[in-house]
Amino acid sequence: MITDKRIIAVVGHYGSGKTEFSVSLVHSLAMGGMKKLAICDLDIANPYFRSRERKQQLNDLGIAVYGSHYGTEITAELPAIDAGIKAPLEDKETTVVVDVGGDDSGARIMHQFMKYFRSDDCELICIVNKNRPETSTLEGAENHIRRIEAETGLTITGIVSNAHFIRYTTAQDVIDGWEFTSKLCERLGKPLLAVTAPEHLTEEVKALRDKAGAEFELFTIGMFMRESWLDKKV
Amino acid sequence: MSEKVLMKGNEAFAEAAIRGGAGFYFGYPITPQNEIPEYMSHELKKRGGAFIQAESELAAVNMAYGAAAAGGRVFISSSSPGIALMQEGISFMCSAEVPAVFLNASRGGPGVGGIQPGQADYFQATRGGGNGDYQVPVFAPATTQEAIDMIYNAFAIAEKYRNPVMVLADGMMGQMMEPVVLPEEKPRLTSEMIPEEKPWAISGNTGKKPRSVIKSLRLQPDDLENHVEKLFEKYGIMEKELVDYEAYDLEDAEVVFVAFGTVARLVMESMEMLREKGIKAGMIRPKSLWPFPYEAFEKISANTKAVISVELSMGQMIHDVKMGVQGRLPVELIHRTGGIVPTSIEVVEKTLKILEGLK
Repeated sequence: MITDKRIIAVVGHYGSGKTEFSVSLVHSLAMGGMKKLAICDLDIANPYFRSRERKQQLNDLGIAVYGSHYGTEITAELPAIDAGIKAPLEDKETTVVVDVGGDDSGARIMHQFMKYFRSDDCELICIVNKNRPETSTLEGAENHIRRIEAETGLTITGIVSNAHFIRYTTAQDVIDGWEFTSKLCERLGKPLLAVTAPEHLTEEVKALRDKAGAEFELFTIGMFMRESWLDKKV
Repeated sequence: MSEKVLMKGNEAFAEAAIRGGAGFYFGYPITPQNEIPEYMSHELKKRGGAFIQAESELAAVNMAYGAAAAGGRVFISSSSPGIALMQEGISFMCSAEVPAVFLNASRGGPGVGGIQPGQADYFQATRGGGNGDYQVPVFAPATTQEAIDMIYNAFAIAEKYRNPVMVLADGMMGQMMEPVVLPEEKPRLTSEMIPEEKPWAISGNTGKKPRSVIKSLRLQPDDLENHVEKLFEKYGIMEKELVDYEAYDLEDAEVVFVAFGTVARLVMESMEMLREKGIKAGMIRPKSLWPFPYEAFEKISANTKAVISVELSMGQMIHDVKMGVQGRLPVELIHRTGGIVPTSIEVVEKTLKILEGLK
């Protein structure tokens, strides 16, 4: 388990993989037998690939999805989210994954729900993909995290390494990501909560991890958001 | 070449333009391409260029016209309704023979439409939404890497022919993430280099060259006719030199798809599914929409029963497809519009229905 906190908020650079991680996390919690689950989509910055697009698929697993109250109007350019989003945050019985928008500007929306994110029962995770140019250096990644913290006034409580190249990720990319985020975590004094890898790389990554004498929690990340044809070679 | 990085399409488009030597970007925000002006606002100045957020698309295109007339290397972007507003400027720039690179991250229309991807700007791009006789080369990338390469190379094409060039991507391409390798950065033109490299530009009269005049107004009919004929001699050369396409599995193909942009990737998956069902499918993927690769259709084999144009519109490219096929085969359309992208299974099902109907 990445965390045992009830509210798990996910921030990071756009393209770091926040949405894919959030959906994978709530999915794995459901598969693990957790009953009262919700995912809140606070992404008001990105017009495409939002977690609420997978509403039906998640609902079928008993996961409540909160986002725009315009329902099927997933494409509205309105910086608006449903007031009902507070329900799972208030309900002490519900474990809720909050998919926050990208960058410091996307994270600004957290102010509206600050009392929940300030609680001791909240894990604030920053996703880091070292293959994104802006977070490919320790300085760049640190600046990025500091900007999110400055914008929200919150402290990021843990880092998840999500070093990927979509479907072209290799086990070595995952290990390179771990090396990078380990250094970043040391520099920031924050824990590395997990390292992600797609399912087909699990064994290969474990072998490389053992070879390197490394210890980290491996989290299996899915491909819920990306249509398979997007990766067809032409 | 740099190492592989993961970039969002719009960021990659902007970075490709900077590396292609763009010194000026003028923009006005519109979804789904807002990351381009955002990226340019913080990157271009650092790299020795200038970014201006215009008060409208009309202002942006006229700033582009001005800067390019003075010899600047200009990149400009928008999405469908914004590109519509820029048509007047494109027509003027074609007439005045002023180069610039335009990018359209197209979305659903008509009117304000929606913000999801569309390809219904095919006519606008290839037939021109502005007035008068003119042509703009239009390149349609299918991947982020291809978009980078097309944008990077578009500046040299625009300057060679002294004409605007358009890269027509769709909103999906702008918003999706892909691993890419970025090309080497070209040096930006300095004011000292412009009189030498672009003697036609309005770069100040130093007495070393004749005074340059950039204009689209020609009140004498003879003068205007001569000018337009001269432009069309140039377009004729461009038609020969710029045509570009990929052809896949045309030999023995029972059905040949024609698709451009991200739709071509979707069709690749549909082709695999059809092959599993025992139906041989091929595809022509135009990479240049103007000039359109009519010659590709000569490669279609005698076994082909139908040609299917797959588009995110009510069918616009299909008219060029029909001109390519020249009545030899039935030409059908598979399409969605309104910002909806069909699934690969949907394309397979509709193809099976079309083939069934031909029996």
